[in-house]
Amino acid sequence: MTLTQRQPSMLPVMSIPQTAGQAEAPAIRVRNLEKSFKQLPVLRGVHLDVARGSILALLGSNGAGKTTLVKILATLLRADAGTARVNGFDVAGQAGQVRESISLTGQFAAVDEILTGRENLVLVARLRHLADPGAIADDLLRRFSLTEAANRRVATYSGGMRRRLDIAMSLIGSPPVIFLDEPTTGLDPQARIEVWQAVRELAGGGTTVLLTTQHLDEAEQLADRIAILHQGRIIVDGTPDELKRLLPAPEVEYVEKQPSLEDVFLALVGTETEKADR
Amino acid sequence: MNKHLLGDTAVLLGRSLRHIARSPDTIITTAIMPIAFLLLFVYVFGGAIETGSGSYVNYLLPGILVITIASGISYTAFRLFLDMQGGIVERFQSMPIARSSVLWAHVLTSLVANLISLAVVVGVALVVGFRTGAGVLGWLAVAGILVLLTLALTWLAVLPGLTAKSVDGASGFAYPLVFLPFVSSAFVPTESMPGPVRAFAEHQPVTAIVDAIRDLFAGQPVGADIWIALAWCVGILVVAYVLAVVTYRRRVA
Repeated sequence: MTLTQRQPSMLPVMSIPQTAGQAEAPAIRVRNLEKSFKQLPVLRGVHLDVARGSILALLGSNGAGKTTLVKILATLLRADAGTARVNGFDVAGQAGQVRESISLTGQFAAVDEILTGRENLVLVARLRHLADPGAIADDLLRRFSLTEAANRRVATYSGGMRRRLDIAMSLIGSPPVIFLDEPTTGLDPQARIEVWQAVRELAGGGTTVLLTTQHLDEAEQLADRIAILHQGRIIVDGTPDELKRLLPAPEVEYVEKQPSLEDVFLALVGTETEKADR
Repeated sequence: MNKHLLGDTAVLLGRSLRHIARSPDTIITTAIMPIAFLLLFVYVFGGAIETGSGSYVNYLLPGILVITIASGISYTAFRLFLDMQGGIVERFQSMPIARSSVLWAHVLTSLVANLISLAVVVGVALVVGFRTGAGVLGWLAVAGILVLLTLALTWLAVLPGLTAKSVDGASGFAYPLVFLPFVSSAFVPTESMPGPVRAFAEHQPVTAIVDAIRDLFAGQPVGADIWIALAWCVGILVVAYVLAVVTYRRRVA
């Protein structure tokens, strides 16, 4: 069962620089990718396309191979067989160009705890060889509501602030493709909403986002398309609506709407995130 | 070689030096154990040790400097291990930077930190009576040997930093290195040791390094010791560097 019908993206499509000359090619193209660890096959022939400027959510249970796939696409692991192209570049043969085109936010916030938030951003801007790292850092601190915490060591940040900083670090240099590996794991509901907001802004700016998640609601909230990775293969790939149509049409029932505990929590603590972080 | 190697290494070196500047305790703890040994041997055991002419602190200092380096490099393994665990190495590796700059930054940081610790230890030694007739060239030669030894042992420390499964495993490997000087000419002349121990002591690197530094400090001709010492340092450096780079490639693809 493959669902290939595309739903027009609601996001403004902007021109993306630094492509390998195939304007229509997908930002990520994976063909027949295989990877085993010792005797254990993790990826067994993965096919996947991610259109430019779209958000694809890669769903799968623990150990389904999501992180392995992301690591191969980010040039951190080598595949055993098959091909993968990111932004038109082959991940095995053109790793340097792939790294120019991507940014990876791993499962655990990869921030430097001893440095301040601003120093973390400046560090990444310098390593990407950009002009005026200080201005880039200040701009991102503003966008991610971290200005007041800018000169505090990251060790003092809350989980949500760390994640925001982590994602802000990934945006430096405006890479056209961003990988977010379980960006909201371990976050409280409020921090999760902040991260979702950041991801939406990203895609709104024309960036292609591949995010992995175990949470179905997260995929539903964010993704233009959802791919489900199961036992080393993509078993479904389609828009959230297409996926829902795989099940028989629901019967219409009238149910009194009860607020979920999450609604209650968010109503009580308010949405003044900046204040809550301090 | 990547055209960004120098620039990227400099940026990452700045990062690690900030780490040290914000936790100067790592340099202090590095210097405390060798200073404790220095005081213990000068004021407690030293009176009973017969080293020939000259003061015992002059005899002892070269070995204490080796111990300082051996305890200092364990922090390189420690810091590298934390970077590997925290995922920041993965972030760096997914960026368009010179790949080996991550290791070079840690190695150069170790060099800076160890030179500071060594200066502190030499300062304490001067206070408790260490005197040298060495001129500028002699000091430069001593510094050269110590820098080479630090680089060699630091590249060795990179291995547990990359492969350890726990913090203890990463920093614990240094203990044998710290105790190697005890079975050498660092504290007592090897002539007093029984046959097999003496044979080991006279042919292990610490003895050659310690003897060479001692002669340089005393302003005496150094003879073959300095070449044996340099050969050991360069040999360990080359082997450890190759192993570290191979291990690193394997760990981060």
